[in-house]
Amino acid sequence: MGQVVLKLGKDISTDDIYPGRFMATVLPTETPQFCFFDRTDFNAKLKARTIPPGSVVVADENFGCGSSREQAVSTIRGHELVIVAKSIARIFMQNAINLGLNLTLCPTIEAEEGDLLEVLPGKVRNKTRGREFAALPLPPARQVIIDAGGLIPYTRKKLLEQPVR
Amino acid sequence: MGMTVVEKILAKAAGLHSVKALDVVEPRVNLAMSHENAALVINQFKEIYQGTGREPKPWDSDRIAIVFDHRVPAEGPKTATNQKLIRDFVTKHGITKFHDIRGDGGGICHQILPEFGYVRPGYVVVGTDSHTTSHGALGAFAFGIGATEMASVWTLGVALNIEVPPTIKVVVTGTFQPFVGPKDLILHLVGRLTAQGANFRALEFHGDTIANMTTSGRLVLCNMSVEAGATAGLVPSDRETEHYLRHEAGVREPIEPVVPDADAVYEKVVEIDVSRLEPQIACPHSVDNVKNVGEVAGKHVHQVVIGSCTNGRLDDLESAYQIMKGHKVAQGTRMLIFPASSRIYLRALETGYITEFTRAGAVVMNPGCGPCLGVHQGALGDDEVALATTNRNFKGRMGNPKSEVYLCSPAVAAASAIAGVITDPRKGGH
Repeated sequence: MGQVVLKLGKDISTDDIYPGRFMATVLPTETPQFCFFDRTDFNAKLKARTIPPGSVVVADENFGCGSSREQAVSTIRGHELVIVAKSIARIFMQNAINLGLNLTLCPTIEAEEGDLLEVLPGKVRNKTRGREFAALPLPPARQVIIDAGGLIPYTRKKLLEQPVR
Repeated sequence: MGMTVVEKILAKAAGLHSVKALDVVEPRVNLAMSHENAALVINQFKEIYQGTGREPKPWDSDRIAIVFDHRVPAEGPKTATNQKLIRDFVTKHGITKFHDIRGDGGGICHQILPEFGYVRPGYVVVGTDSHTTSHGALGAFAFGIGATEMASVWTLGVALNIEVPPTIKVVVTGTFQPFVGPKDLILHLVGRLTAQGANFRALEFHGDTIANMTTSGRLVLCNMSVEAGATAGLVPSDRETEHYLRHEAGVREPIEPVVPDADAVYEKVVEIDVSRLEPQIACPHSVDNVKNVGEVAGKHVHQVVIGSCTNGRLDDLESAYQIMKGHKVAQGTRMLIFPASSRIYLRALETGYITEFTRAGAVVMNPGCGPCLGVHQGALGDDEVALATTNRNFKGRMGNPKSEVYLCSPAVAAASAIAGVITDPRKGGH
């Protein structure tokens, strides 16, 4: 269960999540400082650690559109934020699965900042408003990557199945 | 059942007789491209090998391309150090398709790959850049991936768990009006489909307008297909593709065209007649906020940018040259021009374009991504307006969230640079 700490509109780009001018910073250990950098107040709260892990960012359609920069995922994951979005752009979704970002596709989600959300199997419950919204399952081909703990362990397993080059 | 181009390419690459939309496949990768973000790929690549007792070694050093373009020359020590780390990796593993910061072979990755003949019809191309869709212009299935996914490709040589995208057929007919072209077409299409209208789908381009279009124009269409969310944009390979690969890219090996079956299954068909299409402009702050240029004509622009992987080729520069020769960039407006590769830069020197641009008051910069992604080489001040031939106008895209970016063709950019305000090139005083 987590509180909605940021509510976003549609077509939120990876430039918004992680501005291009910080792209020389690549390591997942270093990217969290620039999370939603140009949303100055929100970034300040993240840096001050006043937003607890498990807090929720609710987004409208096409979240994470634009650049394939993986920093946009690692920066959110670094703060252990949960994403609940109406729809998600393809590359962002794949990157999120690969890195183990907690995300849920919920096409009808209604929530405001401050609401308490509970992400459950197949649904999202807005406890503040006493309503439930159906969540879409991720395609099975992607679920196996999640189950393996991300693309790095999944690839490592496949590598070890191959003879040494 | 008939197959689309994407389906045919993926079936072959996965060693299957046929595939259909939404099947999950593991295609062999023909070409794996990265730019400066190879620094992150290398980090993730090494992590995959952690604890395996094996030495990290890419699956095929000849199938990896690395092109420095996003921040060239390096804008600061962090980038310079990343580039150094990548150079060391390239040397250690004998990566052959490496393009460093050089005046004789450098440029933007999406220009270098076609120009050097690295992309062929039927190839599966992955790139750690969303505009990897560009390479569909040569009949390849080319799509953007993240750095960790690239590390996985470097390890295994296949792309894991790829869902075959359903295909939207785009049929384009008619002849463009003067000063209207491929950029106006793709802006119009993105406006029609919306920024997510092709998410998880491929766009396959057909029609007499496409048949008569040069590879340079097709690169514009496929480049910006991702702005409608598309996994890939594709032009089925034809005589123009072969002509480009033989005469521009110097390819000698056999070329195997891939064309869709007559009974291929498309999710939907979009038809566009370009004969009455007006110059288009994407207004802040989304690429699908597209209008006829007349609707915003007269708006003052502080900075005009011609270049990028979308519109930095020789025909783009020629289009601007034809409008600008004998004129001056307006006072109160800055103009920056970035040829997309050093080969284009050299040709623009030989043809006299660069001399004319410079005399007109434009600043011709080195080949690279320039200010497109807001790193360097042309930041915007608060409340300034940029007009650019680039591909994205998201809030803050050019480095300042308090600025605005409009997207247009090289013709609109050139006419507007002279006037200092957004101008319909069909009505300029040039």
